[in-house]
Amino acid sequence: MSEHEYVPKSKAAKWFNDRLPLLTLGAHLTDYPTPKNLNYWWTFGGILTFCLITQIVTGIVLAMHYVAHADLAFASVEHIMRDVNYGWLIRYIHSNGASMFFLAVYIHIFRSLFYGSYKSPREVIWIIGLMIYLLMMAAAFMGYVLPWGQMSFWGATVITNLFSAIPLVGDSITTWLWGAYSVDNPTLNRFFSLHYLIPFLILGLVVLHIWALHVPGNNNPVGIDIKKPSKDTVPFHPYITIKDAFALLVFMIIFAGFVFFTPNVLGHSDNYIPANPLVTPAHIVPEWYLLPFYAILRSVPDKLGGVILMFSAIFILFVLPWLDTSKVRSAVFRPIYRQFFWILVIDVLMLGYVGAMPAEGVYLVLARVGTIYYFLHFIVVMPVVGYLEKTDPIPMSISEPVLTGGAEPSLARKVNDKV
Amino acid sequence: MIKSNIKLIVLSFFLLISLRPLQSAEMVDPIKVDWSFKGLTGTFDRASLQRGFQVYKEVCASCHSMQYLSYRNLGEPGGPEFSEQEVKAIAASFEIEDGPDSQGEMFTRPGKPSDKFKSPYPNVQAATAANGGAYPPDMSVLVKARKGGANYIYSVLVGYEDPPPGVTLDDGVYYNKYMAGNKIKMPNNLMDGLVEYADGTESTVDQMAKDVTTFLAWAAEPELEERHKTGVKVIIYLVLLTILVYLSMKKIWSRIDSEV
Repeated sequence: MSEHEYVPKSKAAKWFNDRLPLLTLGAHLTDYPTPKNLNYWWTFGGILTFCLITQIVTGIVLAMHYVAHADLAFASVEHIMRDVNYGWLIRYIHSNGASMFFLAVYIHIFRSLFYGSYKSPREVIWIIGLMIYLLMMAAAFMGYVLPWGQMSFWGATVITNLFSAIPLVGDSITTWLWGAYSVDNPTLNRFFSLHYLIPFLILGLVVLHIWALHVPGNNNPVGIDIKKPSKDTVPFHPYITIKDAFALLVFMIIFAGFVFFTPNVLGHSDNYIPANPLVTPAHIVPEWYLLPFYAILRSVPDKLGGVILMFSAIFILFVLPWLDTSKVRSAVFRPIYRQFFWILVIDVLMLGYVGAMPAEGVYLVLARVGTIYYFLHFIVVMPVVGYLEKTDPIPMSISEPVLTGGAEPSLARKVNDKV
Repeated sequence: MIKSNIKLIVLSFFLLISLRPLQSAEMVDPIKVDWSFKGLTGTFDRASLQRGFQVYKEVCASCHSMQYLSYRNLGEPGGPEFSEQEVKAIAASFEIEDGPDSQGEMFTRPGKPSDKFKSPYPNVQAATAANGGAYPPDMSVLVKARKGGANYIYSVLVGYEDPPPGVTLDDGVYYNKYMAGNKIKMPNNLMDGLVEYADGTESTVDQMAKDVTTFLAWAAEPELEERHKTGVKVIIYLVLLTILVYLSMKKIWSRIDSEV
């Protein structure tokens, strides 16, 4: 929060601001003291906001032309691609936008993991973020069903069938989800309705996410608490806005590369075959961003066990702030945890890779090893390393060097040069 | 430290990817063709598109529908670009069912450019029944609907062979090197000289396969040329803007004692 209470200059503005302090809010967002040492991993919050807005805007336009009916959905998508002015552009932005959204959110999440942004006092920001991530997965899954291609249909069949693993009421729940006795027109209709609803729920949670962020302020690469405002902070505008803008533009270049030059590379070719309940595709695979969880699901021979493990893989992240016992936030000063962090990154990438492969032979073995390690990381490594690890000396402030010499000489030097 | 870790990630990822050939040993990779529509600025060969349409009309269209295309598409920029007269004549050569009229009767009339391509069968069931139980897929988005895209379609068209010894085929099943499982219910319909090209090009099997594949690639992605052109402009614009914003950022951050 800024030190001085904001006072509007004009009388009219003051009149309005006394009744609804929108201008005060604007001033707060502009002046918001931000650590000056934020690196580019911190620009993904802004990028994610851009992704959400892009998905909502393109999605609203697509919904004007799309028909949510089992007999017409596939044809209406082709209508968008062929007859709607720039329909191909809008749809390709939307479909590739989903992938870019997940790419950004994964970087955002792993940044949190590396720099300990989920730790006190930021647990609520982290939990709201995970809720956003869960809703994103739901929205993306339902969105993938809408074109009513083969992968849409069979993906929906596989995922909704997971609920039938619940003892006693599983089958009833699945029928209730479908609105029929199999994935059919009622399923498509409700998925469309929910697919339109969820982004606005996400938008609401994003507001809470940012609100919760603005209470303690940003974490930073050094991971220490800083006085705000102080020599260690810069006002959000123009310093962070311009930096976010630069990172966003680089991100947009990659995004545009996908949209204009390889718009279908992230999708599955089978989804250009209209849904056919009588023909099962050789390999049913979800979109790439869900593959690690798909690998965990398939690594368990028992259906219910697989479902429980898959959901646990996400829900374990909710208690992460309490599993991590280290007092030090940033992995920059945690030589042991840092190694385990990168092993986790490799583990998740590997799970994603084997998720795309048939669940047999060496892939099944890799999936099982990867799954076990994933849970070990959170249940064993994080609490134990937090207790045993001897962390490197932490600087007193962003501007001051580490007196005893740090683990990252480059960091100390960087700070030294400037003092 | 971070750099060496990233190296480790990249390395282990390539290691994983190199495992891939173990899995798909029995499938033959499609022939790689140097299509004119490949690459960042790829465009369609107009003459090849027109020839490809001829092959489609005279050979494929007796079994395969292309229900998402309209005759007018044949005259639009980025496609075969037939003249307005030619498009009208092509459309008019088909009898299209229309109606009901004011008496409630269905009637037929000559096709108009706004009509969708006429399908050879009234529905999927009829098409399946007439083709020995195998539905000849609609070809509107076929190139996008097959792994390997245009290369795969071309390969199947030229991939007919006598079955190797020991492989027996049922009636109405043919051996194809590139088809998954090597068995295909579509007979080899292309033979040298089958089509008399209007532009005098010699109609070898290879030529016809390339032409019709080009036509199908356009049918699946009629926006391809505009997409490529727009994409180049968008990227140039974004790169210039990125440079300007980068310089602004440097200038703004130079006011304080920190590095960006």
